[in-house]
Amino acid sequence: MSCHVPVPVLEPVVAGPPDGITAKGPIRTVVLVGPPNCGKSTLFNRLTGLRQKVANYPGVTVEHHSGRMKGIGRGDLTVIDLPGIYSLATYSEDARVAVDVLTGRMPGVPAPDVVLLVLDAVHMNRQLMLAQTVFSLGLPTMVLLNMSDLLEVRGGKIDPLALSHELGHPVALISSSKGTGMELISSYLNQFGSEATERPQPLRLPVLQSPAASRKWATQVTDRVNYHAPAAPVWTRRMDAVLLHRMWGPLIFLAVVVTVFQVVFSIGQPLSDGMGKVLIDLGARVAQVLPDNWIRALVRDGLWNGVQSVLVFLPQILLLFLFIGILEDSGYLARAALIADRAMSAIGLNGKAFIPLLSAYACAVPAIMATRTIENKRERLATILVAPFMTCSARLPVYTLIIAAFVPDRHMLGNLIGLRASVMLGLYLLGFLAALATARLLKSSVLKAKHSPFILELPQYRWPTVRSLALRLYDRGMLFLKKAGTIILSVTFLVWVFSVLPVHGGQFSVLTDSFIGRLGHWVEPVIRPLGFNWKIGIGLMSSIVAREVIVGTLGTLYGVDPATHSLGLQAALRHDMGLGGAIALVVFFAFAMQCTSTLAIVRRETNSWKLPAIQFLYMTGAAYIAALVTNQVITHLM
Amino acid sequence: MLVLSEARVGQSGVVERIDLAEEISNHLAHLGFLPGANIEVLRRAPAGDPTVYRIDGVEVGLRNETAKFIVIEESKR
Repeated sequence: MSCHVPVPVLEPVVAGPPDGITAKGPIRTVVLVGPPNCGKSTLFNRLTGLRQKVANYPGVTVEHHSGRMKGIGRGDLTVIDLPGIYSLATYSEDARVAVDVLTGRMPGVPAPDVVLLVLDAVHMNRQLMLAQTVFSLGLPTMVLLNMSDLLEVRGGKIDPLALSHELGHPVALISSSKGTGMELISSYLNQFGSEATERPQPLRLPVLQSPAASRKWATQVTDRVNYHAPAAPVWTRRMDAVLLHRMWGPLIFLAVVVTVFQVVFSIGQPLSDGMGKVLIDLGARVAQVLPDNWIRALVRDGLWNGVQSVLVFLPQILLLFLFIGILEDSGYLARAALIADRAMSAIGLNGKAFIPLLSAYACAVPAIMATRTIENKRERLATILVAPFMTCSARLPVYTLIIAAFVPDRHMLGNLIGLRASVMLGLYLLGFLAALATARLLKSSVLKAKHSPFILELPQYRWPTVRSLALRLYDRGMLFLKKAGTIILSVTFLVWVFSVLPVHGGQFSVLTDSFIGRLGHWVEPVIRPLGFNWKIGIGLMSSIVAREVIVGTLGTLYGVDPATHSLGLQAALRHDMGLGGAIALVVFFAFAMQCTSTLAIVRRETNSWKLPAIQFLYMTGAAYIAALVTNQVITHLM
Repeated sequence: MLVLSEARVGQSGVVERIDLAEEISNHLAHLGFLPGANIEVLRRAPAGDPTVYRIDGVEVGLRNETAKFIVIEESKR
């Protein structure tokens, strides 16, 4: 990787001549345009102080995002970040978004007044192909040559002044990851006034040039300005020789996956247990201050028991996201796609489906949005349908809770992998296989599609920066806490209320006579064959909101129940459930569609309720059958 | 003249022509796959397919089913 070499201080230049637009009228909206993976979102985050997701592979941004340019003291200006485009041809959904915003045709988004064209300085010949069409929009445009630090380090050269004369637009060398050259952007923007003005009509679409013609033009320009492309990234090649090696490649891939799970248990579990002790202790202290009546019962047995049983999973969630962050930022993800492509093509899935599917390991919602990069409609639908089978991070609390409660902490294969980690690995594999089987089914029936090719750009390896990893973890942690403080808190509150009502003669109901107890007993016959008791049934119903809610609900129910009141949640579950039911429960979660956010995003992306409804019924049906089989097999064997 | 999918690892050449549908060849063109471009076969994925090509300073992975429609003129060693 080339970033650990000391970086020479750059002398960034804003070069004249000014961009031929003589009247420096007032501006309001600035738009970032450029090819995929050239660093637009990293620049956007610099300019705004916001945190859009960035990673080292093409196609991270699939939507337009806007923010105020507070990062460089121009809060009066709005900057819009766009998905990467190669040209103004709109072959995929994300490219359509970019072109619509750029040409002022996107409803609800102001037409841009100024364009910042971001190009990767390391690959100028290719990147410049986009420039001519962008210039022909007729907007004031500044060309930003990003990753100029990498260019220098690797011995490349570019003369921004000459390039600027050649292009007729100002050119600046910047590095959005290091933050150099930002003052050049602000001094360019400061030439314009800032009062609001009337925008002219939407821009005419420029004539699309053939790629061959724009390529020829780009090469002529770079030749005339004495551009030296940097030497080949030696490090990337050396690493690929190992990471894509016939034998080592797959082995390393496997080792990476196993390590993730092993660490989630061997480091994550003790952290999570420790956090649980602290939280329970904290709850007990707070409860002592409260009056000894229904208030104390509500706060301690209801709310705190529920919320803290979810909160304890914070360390494990953060560890998982640390790994995902390292894989995404380093550039390894694209290699993983290459290794797995053979398997994907055997099933008939597009190679481009791999990256959305991988990101579904964090959460299905961004994964479903990431399918916008798949050009073929049917392939895109197939990927949307299977993505929720991938094990998202919301399943992690359920899996770790059940595994820690029911699976003994034993080592297998010497000390290589723990039994708990391998059960977890098995659950991830199960979800993956369900996704593949479903894809196979779809592709051979309703969603037959013409084959579209696999074209994958391999980004150079880069060191993930501590800053970017820390920000990701912070954002993830806050998201998790926010969910615990809103959705999970309100569900556990409702569960508690209905677990003590109705009031008989001034007394709360006992759990089994309460509203929730009666509801639970009413549904119990349906789930009994799966080895679930009525409390699990209530948990399953509440988890339709979001998967991890079940943990909060169970925390509350077992906290209210006098028989399990003093036990921890793990012990309470062991007290109340057999091994068959427990394993059936995690299998149920591997398949079931319990996530209102996913259903909502599928509706939005496909513009109909039909698909999410089918998805819900199919996944929940599969979950029921799989859990039934699991429970019956285990109880008959044991 | 040689079909790209049949070029050996380590072999290099110049792109001669691309016989693919316009939308695909346009996408490839923006990655540098244009007549006259220098191309080198870098390595195959562990399963033998896709193959990584170096074109124009960039590394791109293509399945053989795509590469077999790209014709190159091999360069003499």
